[in-house]
Amino acid sequence: MLKAVILIGGPQKGTRFRPLSFEVPKPLFPVAGVPMLQHHIEACVKVPNMKEILIIGFYQPNEELNRFLFNSQQEFKIPIRYLQEYAALGTGGGIYHFRDQILSGNPEAFFVMNADVCSAFPLAEMLIFQKEHGEPNSFVILGTTANRKQSLNYGCLVENENTNEVLHYVEKPSTFVSDIINCGIYLFNPEIFQHIGTVFQKNQQDMLLYPYDGEEPTNGWHRAEVIRLEQDIFTALAGQGKLYVYKTLSFWSQIKSAGSAIYASRLYLNQYHTTHPERLASNKQGGPNISGNVYIHPTASIDPTATLGPNVSIGTGVTIGAGVRVRESIILHGANLQDHCCVLNSIVGWESTIGKWARVEGTPSDPNPNDPFAKIDSETLFRDGKLTPSITILGCNVTIPSEVIVLNSIVLPHKDLNRSFKNQIIL
Amino acid sequence: MKALILVGGYGTRLRPLTLSVPKPLVEFCNKPILLHQVEALVKAGVNHVVLAVSYMSELLEREMRVQEQRLGILISLSHEKEPLGTAGPLALARDLLNVDNEPFFVLNSDVICDFPFKDLLQFHQNHGKEGTIVVTRVEEPSKYGVVVYESDSGRIQRFVEKPQVFVSNKINAGMYIFNPSVLSRIQLRPTSIEKEIFPIMAEEGQLYTMELQGFWMDIGQPKDFLTGMCMYLQSLRLHAPERLHTGPGFLGNVLVDPSAQIGENCSIGPNVTIGAGVVIEDGVRIKRCTVLKGSRVRSHSWLESCIVGWSSSVGQWVRMENVTVLGEDVIVNDELYLNGANVLPHKSINESVPEPRIIM
Repeated sequence: MLKAVILIGGPQKGTRFRPLSFEVPKPLFPVAGVPMLQHHIEACVKVPNMKEILIIGFYQPNEELNRFLFNSQQEFKIPIRYLQEYAALGTGGGIYHFRDQILSGNPEAFFVMNADVCSAFPLAEMLIFQKEHGEPNSFVILGTTANRKQSLNYGCLVENENTNEVLHYVEKPSTFVSDIINCGIYLFNPEIFQHIGTVFQKNQQDMLLYPYDGEEPTNGWHRAEVIRLEQDIFTALAGQGKLYVYKTLSFWSQIKSAGSAIYASRLYLNQYHTTHPERLASNKQGGPNISGNVYIHPTASIDPTATLGPNVSIGTGVTIGAGVRVRESIILHGANLQDHCCVLNSIVGWESTIGKWARVEGTPSDPNPNDPFAKIDSETLFRDGKLTPSITILGCNVTIPSEVIVLNSIVLPHKDLNRSFKNQIIL
Repeated sequence: MKALILVGGYGTRLRPLTLSVPKPLVEFCNKPILLHQVEALVKAGVNHVVLAVSYMSELLEREMRVQEQRLGILISLSHEKEPLGTAGPLALARDLLNVDNEPFFVLNSDVICDFPFKDLLQFHQNHGKEGTIVVTRVEEPSKYGVVVYESDSGRIQRFVEKPQVFVSNKINAGMYIFNPSVLSRIQLRPTSIEKEIFPIMAEEGQLYTMELQGFWMDIGQPKDFLTGMCMYLQSLRLHAPERLHTGPGFLGNVLVDPSAQIGENCSIGPNVTIGAGVVIEDGVRIKRCTVLKGSRVRSHSWLESCIVGWSSSVGQWVRMENVTVLGEDVIVNDELYLNGANVLPHKSINESVPEPRIIM
């Protein structure tokens, strides 16, 4: 049997996703109409012999998460459990802490994946690759190719080109090492816990030798149980004949910032053509004008004179008035877009209202379309003291009056604007 | 009676519109700027208008022949080979102006107001001196040259350029009436009437002022062109409200040529002028704009404080604001945002212009 573990982190993580992560845990933010995590779960349940999905993180149990888990178990007919870490234990520490849960029922292998990635999840291919490359009990990292400059923002690995064995692993190097990067999706077998255990024992000994004196601000990173898969495990395993890379040509992106959620939506909407054609809206008599890939929740009310797409996701209970235009945007549940308004490259928060003829527009942060290996830039909010032009984000319950423009701005929740804003964060 | 209109040069301040059409022929509130002045002069009894131009335009000449016929007057073009300032053109046109002993009007071609030519003639004849200039009241006199005069008689005492201490809030409105004897004061060379001629006439007690009632605007540049339009439409509201368009979807003062087509669910106004043959599609919002002849504004667009040049096309869901001026035959593609763009003629725009600039 097989299992899967999804690492969702906690509320201290995902701050680049604010103000949207105030309202809903980032892993539940809708991408292409469904919670980010659901894409992982849908990929897992397609793998034959998958018996359980474990979600590990340090969010307090909350209603949103409980409801999502309950609904997903119903829908996908598979046990899904949330295991809460007592503190942020890192990507290795979390699975180590819950190793008995993971190993119960004796799975011969299990997947571990980060929640904040968007991927075609070639899990079946990883399994085949693991069996075929000839080294039993080895571990597989999903890798993809980046361009030289952007590779520095990721975990980089060097492979033996004949065997695909990982010879060297380094996390976010300062100079170029390799253009093969870690996708944050792994295939392990129970033996991985021996390697994590070794690091744990070493940490434990170090702490006895150099006890924590309470003076250095270590943010809790003094615990022996805090272990990072990337720096602490992969770096040591590289070159030991244990770690292999399966390189995928299918789509992949991180979802760190809100801007990357729009890009990730585009990738998933495009995948729907093969995986979920029923989720894509089409032009119908009496329906809105659809251009490109669009997801519309069945409870949304859309005027037939509106034009939507490409890359638009419309959430539950959204109302869209006459002559409205939406392109490259995510409209979250309960939002109200009034007649003739125009929304481009933006995320419109839950229960927000956009007035007639208003224009809400952002600047896309898409990867360079002319570079096949380009990834989305992990943009900084400010550059040279100026807000970098980015997508426009309206927090929840924001009201935009008629006829104004909100350009390249971030509006924090529960704000009634009374005029136009450009290139600003509105508190 | 005769009148001289100082048309001048290329009208560069009103570009990009004047790259296609000579400034006097640019429509202001659906009528060429020059005709506002010429028609008011004709009403006051003028039958010979001299246009002082520094460049010759076939289009202007042809149009003037048409207007001669229509109005039953004589229109002459007096062509200066080199710029002669504001007084020199009077010397150049001396032979046309000095045919009888009647006074004649002189005006700057950029001025829009309720032209008071009859009252001006009357006032001028009453005081019997050589010249009268029309003055108008401004809010910030420190930006202009002001006129200081005796309030009961109107006799001018002096002119003060950009006064730093308040001396008067009246400025020269660019409209005059002179006796032909003024011509003897002016040489055929570049001369400023305001700086070189008026001060001497004032000193000699030969120059009087009449204060203009109602609005006044120099519409020589796009920003002021729009402000002048608002004033003119408000004046229509007071004096000829039947010429303004009313009905559902129209707000405030809106002037619409009868040949224009307006779609459904639009909101037009206040302060909008829509020219001949213009098509405004459904769900468009326009305020404080002039849309010139033959243009099309496609559905759901939003326009404020813009001039849309002749035969231009504004796409769907376009937002244009902040004195965006489109030259002739400009195409603005769908969903773009133009903020203070100045677009030269025959240009197709594919990218937003988020900050004011010129699009060559």
